[in-house]
Amino acid sequence: MSQAPLSKAEQNPEVSSLMAQKYQHGFVTDIESEVAAKGLSEETVRYISAKKNEPEWLLEWRLKSLEIFLGMETPDWAQLNIPEIDYQDIHYFAAPKDRPKSLDEVDPELLKTYEKLGIPLHERAALAGVAVDAVFDSVSVVTTFREELAKHGVIFCSFSEAVHDHPELVKKYLGTIVPRADNYFTALNSAVFSDGSFVYIPKGVRCPMELSTYFRINEANTGQFERTLIIADEGSYVSYLEGCTAPQRDENQLHAAVVELVTHDDAEIKYSTVQNWYPGDEEGKGGIYNFVTKRGKCQGKRSKISWTQVETGSAITWKYPSCVLLGDDSVGEFYSIALTNHYQQADTGTKMIHIGKNTKSHIISKGVSAGKSQSTYRGLVNVGKKAMGARNFSQCDSLLIGDLCGAHTFPYIEVARQDAQVEHEATTSKVSEDQMFYCQQRGLSAEEAVALIVTGFCREVLNELPMEFAVEANKLLSVSLEGTVG
Amino acid sequence: MLEIKDLHVSVAGGTEIIKGLNLSIPSGEVHAIMGPNGSGKSTLSYVLAGRDGYEVTQGSITYKGQDLLSMDASERAQSGVFLAFQYPVEIPGVQNGYFLRSVVNAQRVSRGESELNPVEFMKKVREVLKLVKLEPNMLKRSVNEGFSGGEKKRNEVLQMALLEPKFCVLDETDSGLDIDALRIVGHGVDALKNPERSFLVITHYQRLLDHVVPDRVHVLQGGRIIHSGDKTLALELEERGYAWLIEGQS
Repeated sequence: MSQAPLSKAEQNPEVSSLMAQKYQHGFVTDIESEVAAKGLSEETVRYISAKKNEPEWLLEWRLKSLEIFLGMETPDWAQLNIPEIDYQDIHYFAAPKDRPKSLDEVDPELLKTYEKLGIPLHERAALAGVAVDAVFDSVSVVTTFREELAKHGVIFCSFSEAVHDHPELVKKYLGTIVPRADNYFTALNSAVFSDGSFVYIPKGVRCPMELSTYFRINEANTGQFERTLIIADEGSYVSYLEGCTAPQRDENQLHAAVVELVTHDDAEIKYSTVQNWYPGDEEGKGGIYNFVTKRGKCQGKRSKISWTQVETGSAITWKYPSCVLLGDDSVGEFYSIALTNHYQQADTGTKMIHIGKNTKSHIISKGVSAGKSQSTYRGLVNVGKKAMGARNFSQCDSLLIGDLCGAHTFPYIEVARQDAQVEHEATTSKVSEDQMFYCQQRGLSAEEAVALIVTGFCREVLNELPMEFAVEANKLLSVSLEGTVG
Repeated sequence: MLEIKDLHVSVAGGTEIIKGLNLSIPSGEVHAIMGPNGSGKSTLSYVLAGRDGYEVTQGSITYKGQDLLSMDASERAQSGVFLAFQYPVEIPGVQNGYFLRSVVNAQRVSRGESELNPVEFMKKVREVLKLVKLEPNMLKRSVNEGFSGGEKKRNEVLQMALLEPKFCVLDETDSGLDIDALRIVGHGVDALKNPERSFLVITHYQRLLDHVVPDRVHVLQGGRIIHSGDKTLALELEERGYAWLIEGQS
């Protein structure tokens, strides 16, 4: 024997050497911005409203919201450790100084930014069949394919524009699905909301392309308070997708959004999210606090709202996209992948409120936890007294990678009827050594093996994403899993 | 091809399983390892493939002139070491076809070759499916999930044929197979024999060796090879058991 060979264990120490996660969208765009003074006050609200040249009724609505917010307290029921947020230390409005009037006038720096993010805004270079509304800090900088969509009667514009161009629609629906007093963050959002998207699909129209909003936070110490409203009139259909990224910063940043959806008779909205806000570094420093209220109202008979979310970013995620199933025979769906790594925390799930007859809901939640992260599924299924024949099926699966992370499931079931069918299944598993070894023995690296196993675990949800984004989501899962194996 | 010298292996935690094993397998040869339960057969296959949880305390393994023990499991696989698992592992949600293409391409890339696109891959996989008498629809099912025992083992041989390894370890590939499945698997492995490829066949029974005829047969007992012979040794073991050899040892 020439030398005492090292043992396998010594050669490849099982240190979970958490390599720096490679967040690919962490750059900052150098652009001149107009920023509101820090702090939350009536003055701030008036400033934002004035910047947007809003009508009096909306300013009043904002001020009332602020009053409600100031009388509320931070919710602490979630399985989250939320550091205290100083609401006076945040800028509530930031916008690039030169506001373009058309695509040709958009600052080249901004175009470059979106190109770097994989979202080309020039229509000829754009993703085939996808119209994009690009929201940069507090304002929408451009919305593509508007004329093409207008031919079909589809309205797709920034929320601020909708306030001026379609006040009757905004007035009719704003705050009717998510009341401003719903919770702490909806009250805050209602007072200081900046921009987001507005969509109206007229009767009987199947929207000819995917609609998409891309949210980007750029300015430091700035919160983003998006507001999105989607209205699907009778017999219409739309598939909408939102994506989100932010620069890599040591300070935490706040994102508190409100999204309202409404479907009339026989209408359907498919709403997909790929959320990749900066998650913080491997020590848990920095990252976005993502406090979001999303709710859809199936107002019409036989209407359908389907939420699909892939949540890989944010330091803290607090989000429960929900469906109020008001119309008879309406359907609500929730498909979710929540992946947490390092020190990320996610408390996410859904609420399915069955009110109409023969309403159905379907919940598939896949939680993946790695590093020292904590992932919680929290879901409510409520069947009301009049919801004859209501049915729900829920499946909540958790996958753990390593020994230092946690997964939790809190299903709440409230049923007021004997004839309701409510099923709940839950599993928790670990990426097994057997699976890892099997993949590695076939020649995959440890990281490729984990990514493959996780993708398989999330298959049912990935299948729900529009084709254009399924590939992106797959890649995102792999990137987010980097550094999970030693 | 493979040279094992004075190999000592303990499971993480202490107990020594392999206690001074020597084995030399030249290119193109088939060697069989037989032995009673607990003699260290599966440990040997895992140590060859680079599974965590085993500690080599002494000795060396040289594979094609390289120090095998300095490579991790995926490097070994990429350099041509293949283990047909006794219990193939299920990977829910991952289509078998996608898995096969991923591993074939991972190995191609490691050799500096271009990846196969889905069309090229399908052409290759179709030929191999015939070899192990599997239907193309098995490519759409999740890896090993809901496969019968026979399908799992045939899927292992399928992967072996696709990956074209240089050194194959078959860990009780015949266990749990009926006679027909055994014939298919045996025939499949036999068809993969060539002068540049060596096999280490771990088994309890003679029956697989009817199809994959070994050049040498070794008896493993107490973590060491206590007896070696030609293919007739397997027949003799089938008839007489191991006791006569083990008694001769003590």
